[in-house]
Amino acid sequence: MKILNLLKIAYRSLTKNKLRVLLTMLGIIIGVASVIAMLAIGQGSKQNIQASMASLGINSVMIFPGSSNMGGVRMGAGSYSTLTQKDAEVIAARCDFVTDVTPVVSKSSQIIAGNQNWHANVTGALSQYFSIRNLTIAQGNIYTTTDERTAAKVCVIGQTVSTNLFGAGNNPVGKYIRINSIPFKVIGLLAVKGQNTFGQDQDDVVIAPFATVMKRMLSTLYVNSILASATSEKDIDKVKDQVTTLLRIQHKLTPADQDDFTVRSQADIANTFESISNVLTILLACIASISLIVGGIGIMNIMLVSVTERTREIGIRMAVGAKSRDVLFQFIIESIFISVLGGIIGITLGVIISMLVGKFGGWPVVITPESIILSFAFSSAVGIFFGWYPARKASNLNPIDALRYE
Amino acid sequence: MEQGNELIVVKNMAKTYKLGDMEVNALRDVSLTINKGDFVAIMGPSGSGKSTFMNIIGCLDYHPAKGEYTLDGVDVFKMNKDQLAELRNKKIGFIFQSFNILARTSAIENVELPMLYNSSVDSKERKERALAALKSVGLAERAGHMPNQLSGGQQQRVAIARSLVNNPLVIMADEPTGNLDTRNSYDIMEIFQDMNDKGITIVMVTHETDIAQFAKSNILFRDGMIVSNEIVKDRKIAKLEIPKLPILDKNDILT
Repeated sequence: MKILNLLKIAYRSLTKNKLRVLLTMLGIIIGVASVIAMLAIGQGSKQNIQASMASLGINSVMIFPGSSNMGGVRMGAGSYSTLTQKDAEVIAARCDFVTDVTPVVSKSSQIIAGNQNWHANVTGALSQYFSIRNLTIAQGNIYTTTDERTAAKVCVIGQTVSTNLFGAGNNPVGKYIRINSIPFKVIGLLAVKGQNTFGQDQDDVVIAPFATVMKRMLSTLYVNSILASATSEKDIDKVKDQVTTLLRIQHKLTPADQDDFTVRSQADIANTFESISNVLTILLACIASISLIVGGIGIMNIMLVSVTERTREIGIRMAVGAKSRDVLFQFIIESIFISVLGGIIGITLGVIISMLVGKFGGWPVVITPESIILSFAFSSAVGIFFGWYPARKASNLNPIDALRYE
Repeated sequence: MEQGNELIVVKNMAKTYKLGDMEVNALRDVSLTINKGDFVAIMGPSGSGKSTFMNIIGCLDYHPAKGEYTLDGVDVFKMNKDQLAELRNKKIGFIFQSFNILARTSAIENVELPMLYNSSVDSKERKERALAALKSVGLAERAGHMPNQLSGGQQQRVAIARSLVNNPLVIMADEPTGNLDTRNSYDIMEIFQDMNDKGITIVMVTHETDIAQFAKSNILFRDGMIVSNEIVKDRKIAKLEIPKLPILDKNDILT
C-alpha cells in the first residue's frame, strides 16, 4: 500500500466532511492556543521578575544585624545593632570571592532646595555602592575616595528627588540642597531605574559618602547593613559561608551562640519569586492542557461516531480490496490530520492572542519555541492516541457485516 | 468439462449462524463448480442460502465456513484477511442491490477506489482506467457527477465500472437489478452479457426469473442446498429484448 494513496484516501474523506472536521478541530485549536498564550504570559512574568531582580544587582549579598534576644523578648531582624564599619573592612580584606564591599547607613530626612522641600531616604555608603547596586549616573559624577576621606558634603540624587526639588528636566548637578540644615552639593544625577519588584521607587534616593552621613548626620558606631558583591552568581554561597565565619570570629561568638547577623543574597529573593512564577506557569499550563485533552476526547468522540456512521463505507472499501491496516491507517491519518492542522491553527491563534495581551494588557509576554514544540507535539500525540481506538474498531469489522449495516 | 478451466470449485460447503439460541443452517453441503466464462444466475427464495453462498465465495465473510473452496486454483479457506483483501481487489468485482457507491464522492472517484488499494497503479494510469471503465458503461460524460445527481440505473453502472476497473476474473452481483425498473435492469444485463462475451465470469444472485433468463445457467437454492443446476434453454439477449420494451421519452415517462 502506497503512503501517497492512503493520504489521498484520507484527504478525500476529510474534504467531504468539512464542517465536521472544522468542529472537531475547534477543540484542539482552543487547547493549543490557550497552552501557548498561558505559557507566554507565564514566561513573560518570569522574565520580568528576573529583569527587575538583576536591576537590584543579582550578585549582591546583604548582611543585616541579627535579631535581638534580650531577656527572652525576641525582636525582628535588624532590631539590634551589631554591625560596624570594621566588619565591612574585615570582609573586604579577608573574603576571597567578594569584589566590592560597602557599609550602608541610612536616615530618613527632610531635604530643602530653594523654596522646595522633599522627604527622602539619605543613604551613606562608599562609592562601591554604585557598582554593587548596578546604579548608573545620568549626569555629573559619583563621589571620589577623597570626598570619602574628607567627609565632603556632596551627594548624588535620584530622578524623583531631582524632579521634586528642581523641577522636571532641570539639571541639578552643581546646585545645593540642605539635608537637616547641612548644605550638600549635588555632584551627580542617577539614571532612571523605576520601581522594583516590591513597588518601591528606586529613584527616590539621596546617596552621600559614608563618612559624611556617619559623622555629620548620625554620629553612631553601628551601620544599618553591609552590602557586598560576589565575583559571580555561583560564588554567592561561598561568600555567604565566608562572611558568616568571619563575622562570628569578629563578633566573638562561641559555637553555642546564634548568629547576631543575617546574610541574604539577592539571588535568594530572586529564587523565591522565580519559583512562585514557575508554579503559576505550571498551573496555567495545566489548565490549558485540560482543554487540550478535552479537545482530544472530542476527536475520539467524532471518530467513533464517524466509524459507526461510515460502517457501510468501510464495508465498501473492504469489498474493493482495502486491508484491515488500510482502514486503520485511513482513520488514524484522518485524526492526525485534524489534530496537526488544528495544532498549527492553534499555534497561530495562540501567538496572536499572546501578542494582543502583550500590546493591550500591558503584560510582558514571551513566546518560547519550547512552548510551541510542546503544544504541537502534545496535540499530535492526542490525535494519534484518541484516533487509534476508533480506527482499530473500524479495521476489525467483517466486510459483509459492515456492508449490511443499516 | 475441461481440466484447468475451473474458476470456482466448492466442495461440501456448510455454514451455520447463531441467532440468539437458535442455530440457523444457512448452507448445508453445497458443492459446485463454475468454469471460466460462465454466466451463472443463482436463484431461490429468501433464506435459501444464496446470499450466504455468494458472500463466502466472494471472500466477504471472515467467519469460517466448513468445506473446501478454491478460487482460480488457490485454497481460499487457508488465506488470511490481508490475502483475502488482495484477492477481492485483484480477482473479484462486486455489484450490490443497493449499489454501494460512496456518497458525496464523484463517479470517477468511486471508480478509482479499487485502484487506490492497488499499489501497482500510478495516479495517471488510475485516472485513465477509471475513465475508460466509465466509458464502457456509457457514463463518460458523467464522470464528475455526485451519486445524488445520478439515477439508480446510472449509479449501478458506476458500481459496474468500479467492479471492472481492476480487470477481475469474476464479477459477483448480488441482486444487481433488485432496485431498478425493467428498462434499467435490461440495460445492466446488456452490459453483463457484453462483459461475459469478453471472457469475464459472472455469478449473479437474483430472484427475478426474467433476469435469470439472461444468464447461461441457472442454479436453484432451497434450504441451504442446491436443488437444481440447469443450462438456460432459450437464453434472452439483452440487445434484442430492449427494443421490445415500451418506449420511454427522455424523462423516463411512458408515452
